[in-house]
Amino acid sequence: MVDISEDLIAPGHRTCAGCGCILAARQILRATGKDVIICESTGCLEVTSTQYPLTSWKVPWIHVVFENATSVAAGVKAALEAQGNNHTQVIAFGGDGGMVDIGFGAVSGALERDDDIMIITYDNEAYGNTGIQRSGATPFGASTTTSPAGLASIGKKQWKKNLLMIAVAHGSKYVASASIAYPQDLQNKIKKAMKVKGARYLHIHAPCPTGWGTDSSKTIEVARLAVQTGMWILYEIENGNFQKTMNLELKPVEEYLKMQGRFKHLKENDIKVIQDHINATWKELGHLEKSGVNLRTIL
Amino acid sequence: MTKIFMEGSEVMAKTVILCRPDVISAYPITPQTHIVENLAKLVADGKLKSKFMEVESEFSAISSVAGACAAGSRTFTASSSQGLALMHEVLFASAGLRLPLVMVVANRALSAPINIWNDQQDSISERDSGWIQLYVETVQEAADTLIQAYKIAEDKRVLLPVMVCMDGFILTHTMEPVDLPEEKEVKQFLPNYKPTHAILDSENPMTIGPFTYPEPYFKLRKELSTAVDNSKKIISEVNEEFGRKFKRKYGDGLIEEYKNDKDVAIVSMGSVVGTIKEVVDSRKDVGLIKIRCYRPFPKEELIKALKDRKTVIVIEKNVALGLGSGSVLPEIRSVLYSLDKRPKLVGFIAGLGGTDIRIKDIEKAVDDSKKMKDGEAEWLI
Amino acid sequence: MKKSGDKFEPGGVIKEPGSSKEVKTGSWRVFKPIVTENCKGCGICVQFCPEGCIKVKNGKATIDYDYCKGCLICMNECPVKAIKSER
Repeated sequence: MVDISEDLIAPGHRTCAGCGCILAARQILRATGKDVIICESTGCLEVTSTQYPLTSWKVPWIHVVFENATSVAAGVKAALEAQGNNHTQVIAFGGDGGMVDIGFGAVSGALERDDDIMIITYDNEAYGNTGIQRSGATPFGASTTTSPAGLASIGKKQWKKNLLMIAVAHGSKYVASASIAYPQDLQNKIKKAMKVKGARYLHIHAPCPTGWGTDSSKTIEVARLAVQTGMWILYEIENGNFQKTMNLELKPVEEYLKMQGRFKHLKENDIKVIQDHINATWKELGHLEKSGVNLRTIL
Repeated sequence: MTKIFMEGSEVMAKTVILCRPDVISAYPITPQTHIVENLAKLVADGKLKSKFMEVESEFSAISSVAGACAAGSRTFTASSSQGLALMHEVLFASAGLRLPLVMVVANRALSAPINIWNDQQDSISERDSGWIQLYVETVQEAADTLIQAYKIAEDKRVLLPVMVCMDGFILTHTMEPVDLPEEKEVKQFLPNYKPTHAILDSENPMTIGPFTYPEPYFKLRKELSTAVDNSKKIISEVNEEFGRKFKRKYGDGLIEEYKNDKDVAIVSMGSVVGTIKEVVDSRKDVGLIKIRCYRPFPKEELIKALKDRKTVIVIEKNVALGLGSGSVLPEIRSVLYSLDKRPKLVGFIAGLGGTDIRIKDIEKAVDDSKKMKDGEAEWLI
Repeated sequence: MKKSGDKFEPGGVIKEPGSSKEVKTGSWRVFKPIVTENCKGCGICVQFCPEGCIKVKNGKATIDYDYCKGCLICMNECPVKAIKSER
């Protein structure tokens, strides 16, 4: 068990009760320790944890604008290198809005340059801070305020954007998905990532009770179910070698979907479409794992 | 002091070496490209010991220098036109965060229609951002001002980002003999950057860029505004100190008066000032005031220089669409408003998109001004 | 609560790390989690508390009610159901 006698994030932040994102941040910092610099994008976490003149952060932290957390981090790292500091971890940290959508260019640039930073997305599958609007990471069929379910719509019509595979296509030497429901796995991945040089990408699934329509007590339960049903797959890609970090028998996705208000409009057919998609993905990833294909080489 | 004769862009790159930034991050855009290419080559040849970041957009360029500056390093970036416009968000943010960045803007017209040649619309459109803006007349002044810019920006009484605006192509792509100071002299004038107010350091954690409610926001913006206004004093001081050490200074740092003892005075900024000086010398019925420091706006200095004139002619390379003139004309008008007896004030929009401003165009402006009504502006086409 | 007052660091930089602990978010609570004697001190609730306000002291989980928002994740995740809630 990791020592958490004194977290590097103080309480008193204004996150919703049961917020998954702040847990992601806590778990990350438990693994990194205090020798980090966090470059954060605008979002739920930034707004709730740095309300002037008070801050929850006990590590150096900077926020500039919404979409440039990764570019700022790249600049911070360049400065540290110029000053001869090779030990401080520089982390670009943002929600799925700031990293997958509007900040995508910055993420891509840093990955392509292989800037020696850790790029971490906390994924609550919507723009939480502005009232739960859809993002590229919103899953198929989810109802959000800009992709609402209605008589003529299933909610979000597109599948979830896969930034992990995009990162490995840029040649990142360490790419991993994680979930706040599996803190040991998350922290192991962070610790591994810390030892790698170059642009590393981690994507952490962090449910939002407000946006997903779940009770605040169920945040971890729903995050766990996401993994157990295959809606969120835990894996790491080290030097292009894909490996799942959790092997399990998939539970039916209906169990996961029925827990959440944002999916309650889905009909049997819709659930089947999602289940088929998961089954196909799971199968293909199984092939990929066995094949030993090196994704860095071919992409 | 070394006398060199090379392209303006190359001079700027060589001046950057003297200023010793830790991190350089710039994205190419005509007509700034040669500056970036020269810097890349200097780094590649080991002549410039900076980290050169090959970023994927101007937005990334300004963001990465903001991060590097917050982490305690001196930085350099450059852009023009569309690139500067793309940086808009972060220009405001970096001034608000009081980061002493320095950027060279190779002034170029803004789209649409797309045009790569010189006017000052790009930097003038960022005049409210909180950046100090200095407009230079010659390549020599551009090099000198770049060195001064770091000293101004990093001064504890200032802590603001500075834009050195030089006319694209006219100054960046022409060759001019320039006196380049020696490295150790510049090092004495401009010691290494030592941040104190904001730094990302895991031994001393700070939160930079918090979320603010209305009241603290309003008060912080007032503090910022005061800081921008107060920087005038330091801009003049640095100009004086530079003059003492390197034997070159530019007016009082804020404005430069050239034979300003006539009834008529022309007010302008940038390289066109050189051409206007020729007209002043040959005509003898007109004087010149060059605005070097556009932001903060040198109100008191301009009142003093203009109050005894009968006619003031503003020649500017930008247009404030919807206002019927450029942006500088109404600012001069507001400066003169407080006077009991005001000179007649007219303006000319000139040189947009790189259109040449010739001696005869300036002569025409002076002659036309006699027929124009007070407060009127015309296009010098 | 500390007010922003009239003295500002340039740029609004906040120099006191963790100062948000002045805000006692415990006042948000509707339901209050209570640790019973069944608690084995395994620390799972500590891992999952979003406020970071649970600590294991003398082999038992202890909740800091100054900050507990009453989300009840701890109650939901306890493997031996040692946490109950009351209004």
